Amino acid sequence: MSSRFVDSPEQAELARGARAFVERRIPVAALRGVRARPADDRIDRALWRECAQLGWAGILVGEGDGGAGLGMIEAGLVAEQLGRTLAPTPFLSTAIIGGTLVPSPALAGGDQLVALALDETPFFDARASCETIIRDRGVIGAKRNVLDGPAADRVIVRTQDALAIVDARGPGVTITALDRVDSRSVADLRFDRAPVIDTLSLDHLDRAITRATAALAAEMLGGADAVFATTLAYLKERRQFGVPIGSFQALKHRAAQIFCELELTRSIVRAALAALDANAPDAEPLVSAAKARASDTYLLATAEAIQMHGGIGVTDELDIGLYYKRAMAASMLFGDAAYHRDRFARVAGY
Amino acid sequence: MRTPMAAGQEVWGGRRRTFPSEDAKLWFERCVERGYTVPSWPVEYGGAGLSPDDAKIFAEELKRIGARLPLVSFGIWMLGPVLLELASETQKREHLPKIARGEIRWCQGYSEPGAGSDLASLSTRARREGDDYVVDGAKVWTSHADHADWMFCLVRTDADGPKHEGISFLLIDMASPGISVRPIPLISGSSPFCETRFDGVRVPAANLVGREGGGWQIAKRLLEHERTIISVMRDAAPEETETLPQQFLRAGSPAGLRDRVIQAELDFLCNRLTLERNRAAPGVASSMFKLYGTELNKRRKELRVLLAGTGGLEWNTAAKEWLRSRANSIEGGTSEIQLNIIAKRVLGLPD
Repeated sequence: MSSRFVDSPEQAELARGARAFVERRIPVAALRGVRARPADDRIDRALWRECAQLGWAGILVGEGDGGAGLGMIEAGLVAEQLGRTLAPTPFLSTAIIGGTLVPSPALAGGDQLVALALDETPFFDARASCETIIRDRGVIGAKRNVLDGPAADRVIVRTQDALAIVDARGPGVTITALDRVDSRSVADLRFDRAPVIDTLSLDHLDRAITRATAALAAEMLGGADAVFATTLAYLKERRQFGVPIGSFQALKHRAAQIFCELELTRSIVRAALAALDANAPDAEPLVSAAKARASDTYLLATAEAIQMHGGIGVTDELDIGLYYKRAMAASMLFGDAAYHRDRFARVAGY
Repeated sequence: MRTPMAAGQEVWGGRRRTFPSEDAKLWFERCVERGYTVPSWPVEYGGAGLSPDDAKIFAEELKRIGARLPLVSFGIWMLGPVLLELASETQKREHLPKIARGEIRWCQGYSEPGAGSDLASLSTRARREGDDYVVDGAKVWTSHADHADWMFCLVRTDADGPKHEGISFLLIDMASPGISVRPIPLISGSSPFCETRFDGVRVPAANLVGREGGGWQIAKRLLEHERTIISVMRDAAPEETETLPQQFLRAGSPAGLRDRVIQAELDFLCNRLTLERNRAAPGVASSMFKLYGTELNKRRKELRVLLAGTGGLEWNTAAKEWLRSRANSIEGGTSEIQLNIIAKRVLGLPD
């Protein structure tokens, strides 16, 4: 049924409210502010508590644990708005992954930040073998690319036998914040007999990653949509040869192509989120399709934004470069387009 | 009637209508009785009077049981919706029931030898003489003109004013004296296309739809329906007896083609979901569907041939559909024209 594409009044209101809040409270300038700070200090905890009051930190957490008890469609609507301004919040790590694996009142209240330590190589692979182990109730190993690792209170570590939960500030944990082109809060983590607080079965991991991947695809859609809106406005305003450059067919056609790609991306992202909420059997390939498509579209929309803006497109003064860098980083997070195209086909048996 | 319809098994209706089987005839007649050839049209015009929601449920149920379409035609897809919206009551009562009952088969007289993408420069003349128009000129790419009973036709009734304002929308009986039809063979070896010539053809002025000089607005509205239909038909095309991945596996999984197969499958899925998301009335979104659906279809048909190897070079279905698909992004407005429309009407970019 097509109802999967129609927002309920509550969902529409959530999206409107989220957009208004993000534009007012977390504009792109917030990322610029974060970028000026050290790599280990790029999450604003007070801001995240404000987000938590809107129900975002606990969006997937049950009402019994102080959460909003909503689904992935709602989480996707929020992620899309956060993506529009590249808002530096721990939404994916804490609200989606943490909310799925370790829901709690503290997490839903915005007081506890969670990070998932998964990758051991520069290439994401949910199925890759893993060197990290638990020995005598302590985690031993090294993880890379831990999203929001510098700010986390709790780290969920993928080990050979289980997901181990450790105190990020406890003994045996070394956090090396990374200064990356996208200015996102990311760290490499070392565990040297870090005490295990609790463990979860590895069976839970796929669900958390799939949800985070879908939410990330929605975030990327928001970013691509925002950067395209900026580009479109520029095509109408910038004049060369005495006319708006948007009157040139070479640019018109490319703008129209990006518009189509955005529409297709919007459809697949929404279908993936709805499939997750419905526990549909094809949810996994839909999420992979959404991530592959969102990665391609975001990179296209941002690269074209630079080209169509001309010289100022490559200046740091314009926000476009921030989106372009985010597009590349986000496309790699939880698997790039090639990874997800491959997964999409494997699930279908070819 | 519950097996996928192969090419050539459609029931097109018309005065000279034929049926591929007795079952097809029975299914057609039963549907006509109940208005199910055009479920959403009002009962008085031969439909079943279903609301949009009910019509959707009806279509889904037909799809669920694998039922074939009882009748396909340009009358149902293109002319009918436009007549419902814009024609006089007399014209609706005259033409719509005959479309619904499959009695009259329509063809489309739009393109001309000198007016392709620049359709508004068309020059087939219609001069008013008493109660008639007298039509002279030629139309090309008139699909199935050799089987059609009537043509909906764009004619120039005023050659002096702005080109868009001198065009009228005229309904012409193909049995009229002075009409000649010649088939145009295509690279695919066969073709539904014809060239139609008009030599002093007399058409009653009552067959004018809308006002004289108001044909361009009607033409554009009809094109929106046509674009949607082209993309929907591509989407529902009966090729899928074997899916692309199945053919890929049967071909021994040639590694070099895998990524192209995946991308085509992924885009096919996204396109279908986008159609579903925008299933409301056709509008400017129809240009996007036309563009994307046809470009995607070309890629898929080419892949079918590549996956068949040199076997794809013999004159089989795969080869013919591949060659035929090259016209998809030309007919009904080229891909470049669709991009122009999106840029102008959706994105608001200046001329």
